[in-house]
Amino acid sequence: MAKKLTPLEPLSEEVLAALRENNEAHKGIDPIIEIEDVQMIFNIANEQLTNLKEYFIKIAKGELFYREFIALKNVSLNIYPGERYGLVGINGSGKSTLLKCIAGVLDPTQGCVRCYGTMAPLIELGAGFDPELTARENTYLNGALLGYTKDFIDKNFDSIISFAEVEDFVDMPLKNYSSGMQARIAFAIATATIPDILVVDESLSVGDFKFRQKCEARINELVETHGTTLLFVSHNSDEVKRVCNRAIWIDRGTMRMVGDVDAVLDAYNAPEN
Amino acid sequence: MAEAELKHNRIERRTQVSEFQHSIFVLRELVSKDFKLKYRRSILGVAWSVLNPLMMMLVLTAVFSYMFRFEIENYPLYLILGNTLFTLMSNSTNGALRSIMDSAPLIKKVKINKIVFPLQKIVFELINFATSFIAVVIVMVFFRIAPTVNIVFLPLLLLYMVLFCSGLGMLLASAVVFFRDIEYLWSVLLTAWTYATPLFYPADLWPEWLAALEQLNPMYHYITYYRDIMLWNITPDLKMNLMCLGFAVVQFAIGLYVFRKTERKFVLHV
Repeated sequence: MAKKLTPLEPLSEEVLAALRENNEAHKGIDPIIEIEDVQMIFNIANEQLTNLKEYFIKIAKGELFYREFIALKNVSLNIYPGERYGLVGINGSGKSTLLKCIAGVLDPTQGCVRCYGTMAPLIELGAGFDPELTARENTYLNGALLGYTKDFIDKNFDSIISFAEVEDFVDMPLKNYSSGMQARIAFAIATATIPDILVVDESLSVGDFKFRQKCEARINELVETHGTTLLFVSHNSDEVKRVCNRAIWIDRGTMRMVGDVDAVLDAYNAPEN
Repeated sequence: MAEAELKHNRIERRTQVSEFQHSIFVLRELVSKDFKLKYRRSILGVAWSVLNPLMMMLVLTAVFSYMFRFEIENYPLYLILGNTLFTLMSNSTNGALRSIMDSAPLIKKVKINKIVFPLQKIVFELINFATSFIAVVIVMVFFRIAPTVNIVFLPLLLLYMVLFCSGLGMLLASAVVFFRDIEYLWSVLLTAWTYATPLFYPADLWPEWLAALEQLNPMYHYITYYRDIMLWNITPDLKMNLMCLGFAVVQFAIGLYVFRKTERKFVLHV
Protein backbone atom coordinates (compact mmCIF):
# COMPACT_ATOMS: atom_id res chain seq x y z
CA MET A 1 0.00 0.00 0.00
CA ALA A 2 1.74 3.14 -1.19
CA LYS A 3 1.24 5.86 1.30
CA LYS A 4 2.19 9.47 1.11
CA LEU A 5 4.72 10.25 3.80
CA THR A 6 3.88 13.07 6.12
CA PRO A 7 6.80 15.49 6.25
CA LEU A 8 8.73 15.54 9.48
CA GLU A 9 8.66 18.62 11.57
CA PRO A 10 12.20 20.01 11.53
CA LEU A 11 14.08 20.03 14.82
CA SER A 12 15.08 23.41 16.16
CA GLU A 13 18.67 24.61 15.76
CA GLU A 14 19.11 24.48 19.50
CA VAL A 15 18.17 20.81 19.72
CA LEU A 16 20.31 19.92 16.70
CA ALA A 17 23.29 21.68 18.24
CA ALA A 18 22.77 19.83 21.52
CA LEU A 19 22.57 16.50 19.70
CA ARG A 20 25.73 17.23 17.74
CA GLU A 21 27.53 18.25 20.87
CA ASN A 22 26.62 15.01 22.61
CA ASN A 23 27.67 12.94 19.59
CA GLU A 24 31.00 14.77 19.57
CA ALA A 25 31.51 14.09 23.27
CA HIS A 26 31.06 10.35 22.62
CA LYS A 27 33.28 10.18 19.59
CA GLY A 28 34.47 6.61 19.00
CA ILE A 29 31.76 5.04 21.15
CA ASP A 30 28.86 3.28 19.45
CA PRO A 31 25.44 4.36 20.62
CA ILE A 32 23.39 1.71 22.41
CA ILE A 33 20.11 3.13 21.12
CA GLU A 34 19.74 4.95 17.81
CA ILE A 35 16.52 6.82 17.27
CA GLU A 36 16.33 8.09 13.72
CA ASP A 37 13.66 10.52 12.47
CA VAL A 38 10.91 8.74 14.32
CA GLN A 39 7.38 9.73 13.50
CA MET A 40 4.34 7.99 14.89
CA ILE A 41 0.91 8.55 13.41
CA PHE A 42 -2.27 7.06 14.79
CA ASN A 43 -5.30 6.82 12.55
CA ILE A 44 -8.32 7.79 14.46
CA ALA A 45 -11.33 6.64 12.49
CA ASN A 46 -14.01 9.30 12.43
CA GLU A 47 -16.41 6.60 13.36
CA GLN A 48 -15.58 3.28 14.89
CA LEU A 49 -15.71 1.09 11.80
CA THR A 50 -15.26 -2.48 12.80
CA ASN A 51 -18.33 -3.59 10.96
CA LEU A 52 -18.02 -5.10 7.50
CA LYS A 53 -21.27 -3.80 6.08
CA GLU A 54 -20.57 -0.22 7.10
CA TYR A 55 -17.05 -0.52 5.84
CA PHE A 56 -18.14 -1.54 2.35
CA ILE A 57 -20.82 1.10 2.24
CA LYS A 58 -18.28 3.74 3.18
CA ILE A 59 -15.83 2.50 0.59
CA ALA A 60 -18.54 2.49 -2.07
CA LYS A 61 -19.47 6.03 -1.21
CA GLY A 62 -15.82 7.04 -1.02
CA GLU A 63 -16.36 8.30 2.47
CA LEU A 64 -13.70 6.40 4.31
CA PHE A 65 -11.85 9.14 6.12
CA TYR A 66 -9.39 8.89 8.89
CA ARG A 67 -8.30 11.70 11.07
CA GLU A 68 -4.60 11.49 11.68
CA PHE A 69 -3.12 12.10 15.04
CA ILE A 70 0.61 12.67 14.97
CA ALA A 71 1.83 11.48 18.34
CA LEU A 72 5.50 11.89 17.53
CA LYS A 73 6.47 14.45 14.92
CA ASN A 74 10.20 14.06 14.84
CA VAL A 75 12.50 12.45 17.32
CA SER A 76 16.17 11.79 16.58
CA LEU A 77 18.61 10.86 19.25
CA ASN A 78 21.65 8.74 19.92
CA ILE A 79 21.84 7.31 23.40
CA TYR A 80 25.25 6.12 24.55
CA PRO A 81 26.01 3.35 27.06
CA GLY A 82 25.74 4.51 30.63
CA GLU A 83 23.72 7.64 29.90
CA ARG A 84 20.74 8.21 32.13
CA TYR A 85 18.00 10.06 30.32
CA GLY A 86 14.97 11.58 31.96
CA LEU A 87 11.96 12.20 29.75
CA VAL A 88 9.76 15.08 30.75
CA GLY A 89 6.71 16.65 29.20
CA ILE A 90 3.06 17.20 29.99
CA ASN A 91 0.45 14.44 29.69
CA GLY A 92 -0.19 13.44 26.10
CA SER A 93 3.04 14.92 24.78
CA GLY A 94 4.27 11.57 23.48
CA LYS A 95 6.62 10.29 26.18
CA SER A 96 5.00 6.90 26.54
CA THR A 97 4.63 6.53 22.78
CA LEU A 98 8.36 7.10 22.41
CA LEU A 99 9.14 4.57 25.13
CA LYS A 100 6.89 2.02 23.46
CA CYS A 101 8.67 2.60 20.15
CA ILE A 102 12.00 2.02 21.88
CA ALA A 103 10.71 -1.09 23.63
CA GLY A 104 9.51 -2.47 20.27
CA VAL A 105 5.84 -2.60 21.23
CA LEU A 106 4.93 0.01 18.63
CA ASP A 107 6.42 0.28 15.17
CA PRO A 108 7.11 3.87 14.18
CA THR A 109 5.22 5.05 11.10
CA GLN A 110 8.43 6.52 9.74
CA GLY A 111 12.03 6.31 10.84
CA CYS A 112 13.47 3.62 13.01
CA VAL A 113 14.74 2.72 16.44
CA ARG A 114 17.72 0.40 16.83
CA CYS A 115 18.74 -1.06 20.17
CA TYR A 116 21.99 -2.89 20.71
CA GLY A 117 21.53 -4.75 23.95
CA THR A 118 19.12 -6.46 26.27
CA MET A 119 16.29 -4.38 27.58
CA ALA A 120 14.13 -4.51 30.68
CA PRO A 121 11.01 -2.51 29.94
CA LEU A 122 9.26 -1.36 33.10
CA ILE A 123 6.59 0.29 31.02
CA GLU A 124 3.55 -1.59 32.11
CA LEU A 125 4.40 -4.14 34.71
CA GLY A 126 2.92 -7.57 35.00
CA ALA A 127 2.25 -8.33 31.35
CA GLY A 128 0.30 -11.55 31.09
CA PHE A 129 -0.43 -11.87 34.79
CA ASP A 130 -3.44 -14.09 35.20
CA PRO A 131 -5.42 -13.73 38.44
CA GLU A 132 -6.31 -17.45 38.53
CA LEU A 133 -2.71 -18.61 38.39
CA THR A 134 -0.43 -18.74 41.41
CA ALA A 135 2.49 -16.37 41.91
CA ARG A 136 4.86 -19.15 40.89
CA GLU A 137 3.03 -19.86 37.64
CA ASN A 138 2.73 -16.18 36.87
CA THR A 139 6.44 -15.68 37.44
CA TYR A 140 7.26 -18.23 34.76
CA LEU A 141 4.67 -16.88 32.34
CA ASN A 142 5.67 -13.25 32.81
CA GLY A 143 9.35 -14.15 32.71
CA ALA A 144 8.87 -15.98 29.43
CA LEU A 145 7.14 -12.95 27.97
CA LEU A 146 10.01 -10.74 29.08
CA GLY A 147 12.47 -12.93 27.22
CA TYR A 148 13.94 -15.01 30.05
CA THR A 149 14.84 -18.64 29.61
CA LYS A 150 13.45 -21.35 31.84
CA ASP A 151 16.89 -21.93 33.36
CA PHE A 152 17.21 -18.28 34.18
CA ILE A 153 13.87 -18.22 35.98
CA ASP A 154 14.64 -21.47 37.81
CA LYS A 155 17.90 -20.00 39.07
CA ASN A 156 16.48 -16.63 40.05
CA PHE A 157 13.09 -17.71 41.34
CA ASP A 158 14.00 -17.51 45.02
CA SER A 159 15.59 -14.11 44.74
CA ILE A 160 12.57 -12.77 42.83
CA ILE A 161 10.21 -14.00 45.53
CA SER A 162 12.36 -12.70 48.35
CA PHE A 163 12.78 -9.31 46.67
CA ALA A 164 9.01 -9.07 46.35
CA GLU A 165 8.66 -10.26 49.95
CA VAL A 166 5.90 -12.75 49.19
CA GLU A 167 7.66 -15.97 50.30
CA ASP A 168 4.66 -17.22 52.25
CA PHE A 169 2.19 -16.87 49.39
CA VAL A 170 4.04 -18.38 46.44
CA ASP A 171 1.38 -20.96 45.68
CA MET A 172 -1.62 -18.77 46.21
CA PRO A 173 -3.63 -17.53 43.20
CA LEU A 174 -2.72 -14.00 42.28
CA LYS A 175 -6.29 -12.77 42.66
CA ASN A 176 -5.89 -13.06 46.40
CA TYR A 177 -2.96 -10.65 46.36
CA SER A 178 -3.29 -6.95 46.98
CA SER A 179 -2.45 -4.73 44.02
CA GLY A 180 0.69 -3.55 45.79
CA MET A 181 1.90 -7.12 46.24
CA GLN A 182 1.23 -7.87 42.57
CA ALA A 183 3.23 -4.81 41.58
CA ARG A 184 6.09 -5.96 43.78
CA ILE A 185 6.26 -9.34 42.07
CA ALA A 186 6.04 -7.68 38.67
CA PHE A 187 8.89 -5.32 39.49
CA ALA A 188 10.97 -8.12 40.95
CA ILE A 189 10.59 -10.23 37.80
CA ALA A 190 11.32 -7.33 35.48
CA THR A 191 14.53 -6.40 37.28
CA ALA A 192 15.78 -9.92 37.96
CA THR A 193 18.11 -9.62 35.00
CA ILE A 194 20.94 -7.16 34.55
CA PRO A 195 19.82 -5.41 31.40
CA ASP A 196 21.88 -3.16 29.14
CA ILE A 197 18.95 -0.80 28.89
CA LEU A 198 16.37 -0.10 31.55
CA VAL A 199 13.18 1.71 30.55
CA VAL A 200 11.08 3.01 33.43
CA ASP A 201 7.70 4.62 32.93
CA GLU A 202 6.15 5.98 36.09
CA SER A 203 5.50 2.46 37.17
CA LEU A 204 7.04 2.98 40.55
CA SER A 205 4.14 5.00 41.84
CA VAL A 206 2.61 1.74 43.09
CA GLY A 207 3.49 -0.08 46.24
CA ASP A 208 4.13 1.32 49.65
CA PHE A 209 6.78 3.85 50.61
CA LYS A 210 9.33 1.25 51.64
CA PHE A 211 8.97 -0.69 48.44
CA ARG A 212 9.37 2.44 46.32
CA GLN A 213 12.63 3.13 48.08
CA LYS A 214 13.68 -0.43 47.39
CA CYS A 215 12.83 0.00 43.70
CA GLU A 216 14.81 3.18 43.43
CA ALA A 217 17.72 1.50 45.17
CA ARG A 218 17.57 -1.39 42.70
CA ILE A 219 17.51 1.02 39.74
CA ASN A 220 20.46 2.90 41.20
CA GLU A 221 22.32 -0.34 41.72
CA LEU A 222 21.80 -1.35 38.09
CA VAL A 223 22.84 2.05 36.83
CA GLU A 224 25.83 2.60 39.08
CA THR A 225 27.41 -0.81 39.51
CA HIS A 226 26.41 -2.37 36.22
CA GLY A 227 26.49 0.68 33.96
CA THR A 228 22.95 0.11 32.69
CA THR A 229 21.63 2.78 30.37
CA LEU A 230 18.47 4.32 31.74
CA LEU A 231 15.39 5.93 30.22
CA PHE A 232 13.20 7.33 32.91
CA VAL A 233 9.80 8.98 32.64
CA SER A 234 8.50 10.81 35.65
CA HIS A 235 6.50 13.88 36.55
CA ASN A 236 8.52 14.30 39.68
CA SER A 237 11.35 16.70 38.85
CA ASP A 238 13.31 15.95 42.00
CA GLU A 239 13.27 12.25 41.23
CA VAL A 240 14.46 12.87 37.67
CA LYS A 241 17.28 15.08 38.87
CA ARG A 242 18.28 12.50 41.43
CA VAL A 243 18.37 9.56 39.03
CA CYS A 244 19.31 11.02 35.64
CA ASN A 245 22.21 12.98 34.20
CA ARG A 246 20.57 14.05 30.95
CA ALA A 247 17.03 14.93 29.98
CA ILE A 248 14.74 15.36 27.00
CA TRP A 249 11.77 17.64 27.06
CA ILE A 250 9.06 16.41 24.72
CA ASP A 251 6.40 18.86 23.75
CA ARG A 252 3.50 17.96 21.46
CA GLY A 253 5.41 15.15 19.81
CA THR A 254 8.62 16.93 19.13
CA MET A 255 11.86 17.44 21.03
CA ARG A 256 11.71 20.84 22.60
CA MET A 257 14.99 20.61 24.43
CA VAL A 258 17.71 18.07 25.12
CA GLY A 259 20.80 18.29 27.28
CA ASP A 260 22.02 18.33 30.84
CA VAL A 261 19.32 17.31 33.30
CA ASP A 262 19.44 20.50 35.37
CA ALA A 263 19.28 22.84 32.39
CA VAL A 264 16.36 21.01 30.76
CA LEU A 265 14.36 20.67 33.95
CA ASP A 266 14.90 24.29 34.90
CA ALA A 267 13.61 25.37 31.49
CA TYR A 268 10.70 22.92 31.75
CA ASN A 269 9.73 24.14 35.19
CA ALA A 270 10.22 27.82 34.32
CA PRO A 271 7.10 29.84 35.20
CA GLU A 272 6.56 31.20 31.67
CA ASN A 273 6.13 27.66 30.29
CA MET B 1 38.58 -3.50 32.21
CA ALA B 2 35.85 -4.77 34.49
CA GLU B 3 33.37 -2.88 32.42
CA ALA B 4 34.53 -4.50 29.20
CA GLU B 5 34.21 -7.89 30.83
CA LEU B 6 30.71 -7.12 31.96
CA LYS B 7 29.75 -6.02 28.50
CA HIS B 8 31.14 -9.24 27.11
CA ASN B 9 29.05 -11.31 29.51
CA ARG B 10 25.91 -9.58 28.52
CA ILE B 11 26.39 -10.07 24.85
CA GLU B 12 27.04 -13.70 25.49
CA ARG B 13 23.87 -14.07 27.48
CA ARG B 14 21.95 -12.35 24.79
CA THR B 15 22.95 -14.75 22.08
CA GLN B 16 22.25 -17.72 24.30
CA VAL B 17 18.64 -17.77 23.32
CA SER B 18 17.50 -17.10 19.80
CA GLU B 19 14.21 -15.50 19.02
CA PHE B 20 12.87 -18.83 17.84
CA GLN B 21 13.77 -20.58 21.09
CA HIS B 22 12.23 -17.72 23.00
CA SER B 23 8.97 -18.01 21.07
CA ILE B 24 8.87 -21.73 21.76
CA PHE B 25 9.26 -21.12 25.51
CA VAL B 26 6.53 -18.46 25.42
CA LEU B 27 4.29 -20.84 23.49
CA ARG B 28 4.89 -23.57 26.05
CA GLU B 29 4.05 -21.29 28.96
CA LEU B 30 0.90 -20.01 27.25
CA VAL B 31 -0.35 -23.51 26.45
CA SER B 32 0.35 -24.67 29.98
CA LYS B 33 -1.58 -21.65 31.25
CA ASP B 34 -4.57 -22.68 29.11
CA PHE B 35 -4.42 -26.13 30.62
CA LYS B 36 -4.14 -24.99 34.19
CA LEU B 37 -7.07 -22.65 33.72
CA LYS B 38 -9.25 -25.12 31.88
CA TYR B 39 -9.30 -27.79 34.52
CA ARG B 40 -8.75 -25.77 37.68
CA ARG B 41 -11.69 -26.30 40.02
CA SER B 42 -13.25 -29.14 38.05
CA ILE B 43 -13.33 -32.36 40.04
CA LEU B 44 -12.71 -34.74 37.15
CA GLY B 45 -10.17 -32.43 35.54
CA VAL B 46 -8.46 -33.82 32.49
CA ALA B 47 -10.83 -36.80 32.43
CA TRP B 48 -13.36 -34.47 30.83
CA SER B 49 -11.36 -34.46 27.64
CA VAL B 50 -12.11 -38.19 27.38
CA LEU B 51 -15.61 -38.14 28.81
CA ASN B 52 -16.83 -35.30 26.66
CA PRO B 53 -16.45 -36.97 23.25
CA LEU B 54 -17.74 -40.25 24.69
CA MET B 55 -20.89 -38.66 26.05
CA MET B 56 -21.38 -36.70 22.86
CA MET B 57 -21.09 -39.94 20.94
CA LEU B 58 -23.69 -41.62 23.15
CA VAL B 59 -26.15 -38.79 22.60
CA LEU B 60 -25.64 -38.72 18.85
CA THR B 61 -25.75 -42.51 18.59
CA ALA B 62 -29.01 -42.54 20.48
CA VAL B 63 -30.48 -39.85 18.26
CA PHE B 64 -29.31 -41.17 14.95
CA SER B 65 -29.63 -44.93 15.46
CA TYR B 66 -33.18 -44.80 16.76
CA MET B 67 -34.64 -41.80 15.03
CA PHE B 68 -32.99 -41.57 11.63
CA ARG B 69 -31.48 -45.03 11.23
CA PHE B 70 -28.48 -44.74 8.98
CA GLU B 71 -27.14 -48.05 7.77
CA ILE B 72 -23.54 -47.67 8.82
CA GLU B 73 -21.43 -50.43 10.21
CA ASN B 74 -19.87 -49.63 13.59
CA TYR B 75 -21.83 -46.42 13.74
CA PRO B 76 -20.54 -45.24 17.18
CA LEU B 77 -16.96 -45.39 15.96
CA TYR B 78 -17.93 -43.75 12.68
CA LEU B 79 -19.47 -40.93 14.71
CA ILE B 80 -16.74 -40.40 17.24
CA LEU B 81 -14.00 -40.36 14.62
CA GLY B 82 -15.74 -37.69 12.60
CA ASN B 83 -16.75 -35.69 15.64
CA THR B 84 -13.38 -35.55 17.35
CA LEU B 85 -11.57 -34.56 14.17
CA PHE B 86 -14.13 -31.91 13.33
CA THR B 87 -13.96 -30.62 16.91
CA LEU B 88 -10.21 -30.24 16.53
CA MET B 89 -10.81 -27.97 13.55
CA SER B 90 -13.73 -26.02 14.96
CA ASN B 91 -12.28 -25.48 18.45
CA SER B 92 -8.82 -24.54 17.25
CA THR B 93 -10.06 -22.07 14.64
CA ASN B 94 -12.52 -20.60 17.13
CA GLY B 95 -9.74 -20.24 19.68
CA ALA B 96 -7.31 -18.81 17.17
CA LEU B 97 -9.92 -16.35 15.95
CA ARG B 98 -10.17 -14.73 19.36
CA SER B 99 -6.49 -15.17 20.21
CA ILE B 100 -5.17 -11.81 19.04
CA MET B 101 -8.06 -9.83 20.46
CA ASP B 102 -7.86 -11.64 23.78
CA SER B 103 -4.14 -11.00 23.98
CA ALA B 104 -4.59 -7.28 23.52
CA PRO B 105 -3.16 -6.44 26.96
CA LEU B 106 -0.03 -8.42 26.13
CA ILE B 107 0.38 -7.05 22.62
CA LYS B 108 0.19 -3.54 24.00
CA LYS B 109 2.73 -4.20 26.72
CA VAL B 110 5.54 -6.37 25.47
CA LYS B 111 7.44 -7.02 22.32
CA ILE B 112 6.44 -10.49 21.26
CA ASN B 113 6.23 -12.64 18.18
CA LYS B 114 2.48 -12.42 17.68
CA ILE B 115 2.20 -15.68 15.81
CA VAL B 116 2.44 -17.53 19.14
CA PHE B 117 -1.14 -16.56 20.02
CA PRO B 118 -3.00 -18.40 17.24
CA LEU B 119 -0.50 -21.28 17.46
CA GLN B 120 -1.13 -21.49 21.21
CA LYS B 121 -4.76 -22.38 20.52
CA ILE B 122 -3.86 -24.90 17.83
CA VAL B 123 -1.39 -26.70 20.11
CA PHE B 124 -3.87 -26.63 22.98
CA GLU B 125 -6.58 -28.23 20.84
CA LEU B 126 -4.14 -30.74 19.42
CA ILE B 127 -3.40 -31.94 22.95
CA ASN B 128 -7.13 -32.11 23.66
CA PHE B 129 -7.51 -34.15 20.50
CA ALA B 130 -4.81 -36.52 21.71
CA THR B 131 -6.70 -36.99 24.98
CA SER B 132 -9.94 -37.54 23.12
CA PHE B 133 -8.16 -40.28 21.20
CA ILE B 134 -8.38 -42.28 24.44
CA ALA B 135 -12.14 -42.13 23.98
CA VAL B 136 -11.71 -43.50 20.46
CA VAL B 137 -9.63 -46.36 21.86
CA ILE B 138 -12.30 -47.09 24.47
CA VAL B 139 -14.94 -47.32 21.76
CA MET B 140 -12.72 -49.60 19.67
CA VAL B 141 -12.11 -51.89 22.62
CA PHE B 142 -15.79 -51.93 23.53
CA PHE B 143 -16.88 -52.90 20.00
CA ARG B 144 -13.88 -55.17 19.54
CA ILE B 145 -12.54 -53.39 16.49
CA ALA B 146 -8.87 -54.11 16.10
CA PRO B 147 -6.63 -51.36 14.81
CA THR B 148 -4.94 -52.10 11.50
CA VAL B 149 -1.54 -51.31 10.13
CA ASN B 150 -3.06 -48.27 8.40
CA ILE B 151 -2.87 -46.46 11.72
CA VAL B 152 0.68 -45.50 10.75
CA PHE B 153 -0.90 -42.82 8.55
CA LEU B 154 -2.29 -41.04 11.61
CA PRO B 155 0.74 -38.73 12.13
CA LEU B 156 0.49 -37.70 8.49
CA LEU B 157 -3.18 -36.81 8.91
CA LEU B 158 -2.35 -34.80 12.03
CA LEU B 159 0.31 -32.91 10.11
CA TYR B 160 -2.24 -31.99 7.44
CA MET B 161 -4.72 -30.95 10.10
CA VAL B 162 -2.21 -28.81 12.00
CA LEU B 163 -1.16 -27.00 8.83
CA PHE B 164 -4.73 -26.50 7.73
CA CYS B 165 -6.02 -25.32 11.12
CA SER B 166 -3.02 -23.04 11.74
CA GLY B 167 -3.48 -21.41 8.35
CA LEU B 168 -7.20 -20.93 8.84
CA GLY B 169 -6.63 -19.78 12.42
CA MET B 170 -4.05 -17.17 11.45
CA LEU B 171 -6.28 -15.86 8.69
CA LEU B 172 -9.26 -15.54 11.02
CA ALA B 173 -7.19 -14.09 13.86
CA SER B 174 -5.91 -11.24 11.73
CA ALA B 175 -9.17 -10.64 9.88
CA VAL B 176 -11.18 -10.33 13.08
CA VAL B 177 -8.85 -7.62 14.43
CA PHE B 178 -10.05 -5.36 11.63
CA PHE B 179 -13.62 -6.62 11.28
CA ARG B 180 -15.22 -7.84 14.46
CA ASP B 181 -18.29 -9.21 12.68
CA ILE B 182 -16.25 -12.11 11.36
CA GLU B 183 -16.52 -13.67 14.79
CA TYR B 184 -20.29 -13.98 14.48
CA LEU B 185 -20.11 -14.93 10.84
CA TRP B 186 -17.65 -17.70 11.67
CA SER B 187 -19.89 -19.35 14.26
CA VAL B 188 -22.67 -19.54 11.65
CA LEU B 189 -20.29 -20.85 9.02
CA LEU B 190 -19.03 -23.52 11.41
CA THR B 191 -22.58 -24.72 12.00
CA ALA B 192 -23.17 -24.89 8.28
CA TRP B 193 -19.88 -26.68 7.83
CA THR B 194 -20.85 -29.24 10.49
CA TYR B 195 -23.91 -30.21 8.48
CA ALA B 196 -22.12 -30.03 5.14
CA THR B 197 -19.61 -32.60 6.33
CA PRO B 198 -20.70 -36.24 6.69
CA LEU B 199 -20.18 -36.44 10.44
CA PHE B 200 -23.26 -38.41 11.42
CA TYR B 201 -24.70 -39.38 8.06
CA PRO B 202 -23.13 -41.42 5.22
CA ALA B 203 -21.66 -39.51 2.30
CA ASP B 204 -23.60 -41.60 -0.22
CA LEU B 205 -26.78 -39.80 0.81
CA TRP B 206 -25.63 -36.86 -1.26
CA PRO B 207 -27.12 -36.17 -4.67
CA GLU B 208 -24.57 -36.17 -7.46
CA TRP B 209 -24.18 -32.41 -7.74
CA LEU B 210 -23.51 -32.07 -4.04
CA ALA B 211 -21.00 -34.90 -4.07
CA ALA B 212 -19.09 -33.02 -6.77
CA LEU B 213 -19.20 -29.85 -4.69
CA GLU B 214 -18.00 -31.71 -1.60
CA GLN B 215 -14.70 -32.39 -3.34
CA LEU B 216 -13.91 -28.80 -2.37
CA ASN B 217 -14.66 -29.39 1.30
CA PRO B 218 -11.30 -30.07 2.98
CA MET B 219 -12.94 -31.44 6.11
CA TYR B 220 -14.73 -34.08 4.01
CA HIS B 221 -11.35 -35.33 2.82
CA TYR B 222 -9.73 -35.25 6.25
CA ILE B 223 -12.59 -37.10 7.88
CA THR B 224 -12.71 -39.67 5.11
CA TYR B 225 -8.98 -40.13 5.54
CA TYR B 226 -9.39 -40.61 9.29
CA ARG B 227 -12.16 -43.18 8.89
CA ASP B 228 -10.28 -44.97 6.13
CA ILE B 229 -7.27 -45.59 8.33
CA MET B 230 -9.09 -46.18 11.62
CA LEU B 231 -12.32 -47.90 10.62
CA TRP B 232 -12.46 -49.20 7.06
CA ASN B 233 -8.89 -50.41 6.86
CA ILE B 234 -8.26 -48.63 3.56
CA THR B 235 -4.76 -47.40 2.76
CA PRO B 236 -5.02 -43.79 1.58
CA ASP B 237 -3.57 -43.63 -1.92
CA LEU B 238 -1.23 -40.99 -3.28
CA LYS B 239 -4.05 -38.95 -4.79
CA MET B 240 -5.82 -38.76 -1.45
CA ASN B 241 -2.62 -37.73 0.32
CA LEU B 242 -1.80 -35.08 -2.26
CA MET B 243 -5.30 -33.70 -2.05
CA CYS B 244 -5.15 -33.42 1.76
CA LEU B 245 -1.66 -31.98 1.67
CA GLY B 246 -2.68 -29.51 -1.03
CA PHE B 247 -5.55 -28.06 1.00
CA ALA B 248 -3.29 -27.83 4.04
CA VAL B 249 -0.39 -26.12 2.31
CA VAL B 250 -2.53 -23.63 0.41
CA GLN B 251 -4.49 -22.71 3.52
CA PHE B 252 -1.33 -22.41 5.59
CA ALA B 253 0.36 -20.21 3.00
CA ILE B 254 -2.62 -17.87 2.76
CA GLY B 255 -2.96 -17.64 6.53
CA LEU B 256 0.72 -17.00 7.12
CA TYR B 257 0.88 -14.39 4.36
CA VAL B 258 -2.11 -12.43 5.64
CA PHE B 259 -0.91 -12.66 9.23
CA ARG B 260 2.60 -11.47 8.45
CA LYS B 261 1.24 -8.64 6.31
CA THR B 262 -1.08 -7.31 8.99
CA GLU B 263 0.56 -8.14 12.33
CA ARG B 264 2.34 -4.78 12.59
CA LYS B 265 -1.02 -3.04 12.69
CA PHE B 266 -2.61 -5.26 15.35
CA VAL B 267 -1.41 -3.09 18.20
CA LEU B 268 -3.27 -0.11 16.76
CA HIS B 269 -6.58 -1.95 16.41
CA VAL B 270 -6.97 -4.36 19.31
